[in-house]
Amino acid sequence: MDYEGVLVIGEQRGGRVHSVTFELLARGRALADKLGVKLSCVILGHGLQQYAQEIVQRGADTAYVIDDPALEWFLPRTYCNAVVELIEEAKPEVVLAAATTTGRTLMPLVAARLMTGLTADCTGLDIDEKERLLLQTRPAIGGNVMATIKTPVARPQMATVRPKSARPLPADPGRRGEVVVKAYKREAASSASEKMLEFVADATQEVSVQDAEVIVAGGKGLKTRDGFKLVEDLARELGAAVGATRDVVDLGWIGYSHQIGLSGKTVSPKLYVAIGISGTIQHLAGMQTAETIVAINRDKDAQIFKVADFGIVGDLFQVVPEIIEKLQRAKAHKAL
Amino acid sequence: MRIVVLIKQVPDMEKVKFDREKGVIDRGSAGTEINPFDLNALEAAVQIKEANGAEVVALSMGPPSAENALREAIARGADKGILLSDRRFGGSDVKATATTLAAGVKKIGEFDLILAGMQTVDGDTGQVGSEVAEFLDIPHVCYVEKINEVNDEDIRVTTDIWDSVYEEKVKYPGLLTVTKDINSPRLPSFRGKMSARKAEIPVWGLEALQEYLDETMTGIKGSPTMVKRVEVPPAIKREGRVWRDSVDAGVDEFVEILVGAKVVEAR
Repeated sequence: MDYEGVLVIGEQRGGRVHSVTFELLARGRALADKLGVKLSCVILGHGLQQYAQEIVQRGADTAYVIDDPALEWFLPRTYCNAVVELIEEAKPEVVLAAATTTGRTLMPLVAARLMTGLTADCTGLDIDEKERLLLQTRPAIGGNVMATIKTPVARPQMATVRPKSARPLPADPGRRGEVVVKAYKREAASSASEKMLEFVADATQEVSVQDAEVIVAGGKGLKTRDGFKLVEDLARELGAAVGATRDVVDLGWIGYSHQIGLSGKTVSPKLYVAIGISGTIQHLAGMQTAETIVAINRDKDAQIFKVADFGIVGDLFQVVPEIIEKLQRAKAHKAL
Repeated sequence: MRIVVLIKQVPDMEKVKFDREKGVIDRGSAGTEINPFDLNALEAAVQIKEANGAEVVALSMGPPSAENALREAIARGADKGILLSDRRFGGSDVKATATTLAAGVKKIGEFDLILAGMQTVDGDTGQVGSEVAEFLDIPHVCYVEKINEVNDEDIRVTTDIWDSVYEEKVKYPGLLTVTKDINSPRLPSFRGKMSARKAEIPVWGLEALQEYLDETMTGIKGSPTMVKRVEVPPAIKREGRVWRDSVDAGVDEFVEILVGAKVVEAR
């Protein structure tokens, strides 16, 4: 067979391997075992060799490190050249990457260059054992349906995978694998056409909504920008990311990167706290796969209660401060 | 300067009804609109035109009725609209769509910039823009939330990647996909509506694009992926415990849930 094996495209940010890489390894391991083939993982950047062992310990048989100062910052064409070169050499039958902003920028280039298909933002991956094909399942039409896609002929079969849709495997210090450090062959033409200029970490968003285990989100029920501070206060107390409905973003209380729903981000955290959110279909589309949903709303008939595990019907301006106060007390108690 | 804006006509997802039995959108239940993110791309193009002078060409692929979306684009400031429409384009996946759009751009000829929304609200893949860039062999930046400088040779932008402020520049010709943070789209103007009504919208089918596209590259034939099945997901079982009257008891249990979820840790 021409194409064999599963390749995971790891992700680094600012010189550190991002945890989504380990989620992809868990996915890749399961697929490789079903196919009876090897799992490899590539990370691209500068000074990342130290991570190769952890990649092996978390499931890879081979860890490729493509190390070059030119790869320190994410630039689509430069990364595409490096990834395509590796794929043409290693010829994996399946390639997985993260459905993060960078993964969703890079992988279409790779797929187009290789003239193959790419399924976006998958939440389920499996193997059709009879046909030996990758089954790529993704939510479509705002999460109302699950579509399963296959790539019958073109190779490799490629998918981006929604972050937080799988748990990483624990690191096994006893696992052995191969580490291959590769050089990047520069291509002058493409590197001249794009350039990274400046990077400033966003101090207002310590955890992005897509990376967060816990999200506290607010809706129009907060009434004013000042009222919305309650959401931020509770988020701070919980070490959570701040989410918002479309209304709140349109009112300018918080930036678009916090918007959750059909025209914003789709999230599946462990815990989603919805405050003053009525629960439009468009909002539910972005958060209904959260593990636990809790809601606080004054209207007992609000749609949000239909998807909530726990709800409080009450005045959020009383309830939320009370929760914050009790949390602070619980924390103080634990600290003793 | 010439700017091409990629536009898709989508069902109004805020109003559209959904047929749970069949697992499809009831397209008759709501009107259509320009994909909301594409309006931001169009507005960005019109702003560049106002500041630097440019011709803005709206390009769409879709059924004949997508002509209305292109007229709306003209009403909102585009100079021209071109529709790629042919039954043989039907059933296109990301690759076939991007190949067809790239063929349309090639037929338009010289251009400096292509602008597109970061994704559509119906297909939701967010991949078509990037693939168009690759098929045209030009650099691109996705998730652009701010255009900082429009220079003679290049454009400097801030993107949303890495959840931070990440500034890049790309040389012309280049492609940008934009987020909703980039601007607030204007409404159609009276003058715009007049031009939209009078505008001729050329419709290019496979024959018109034959220099750049053949039948094996578009539609179902040009699509490496295929839908195997569509299912309505089972509703997730929720505990559904709601406190209505005893808010205080509710708060106590809430705090326990939060603590129990190990999200509250002593620091």
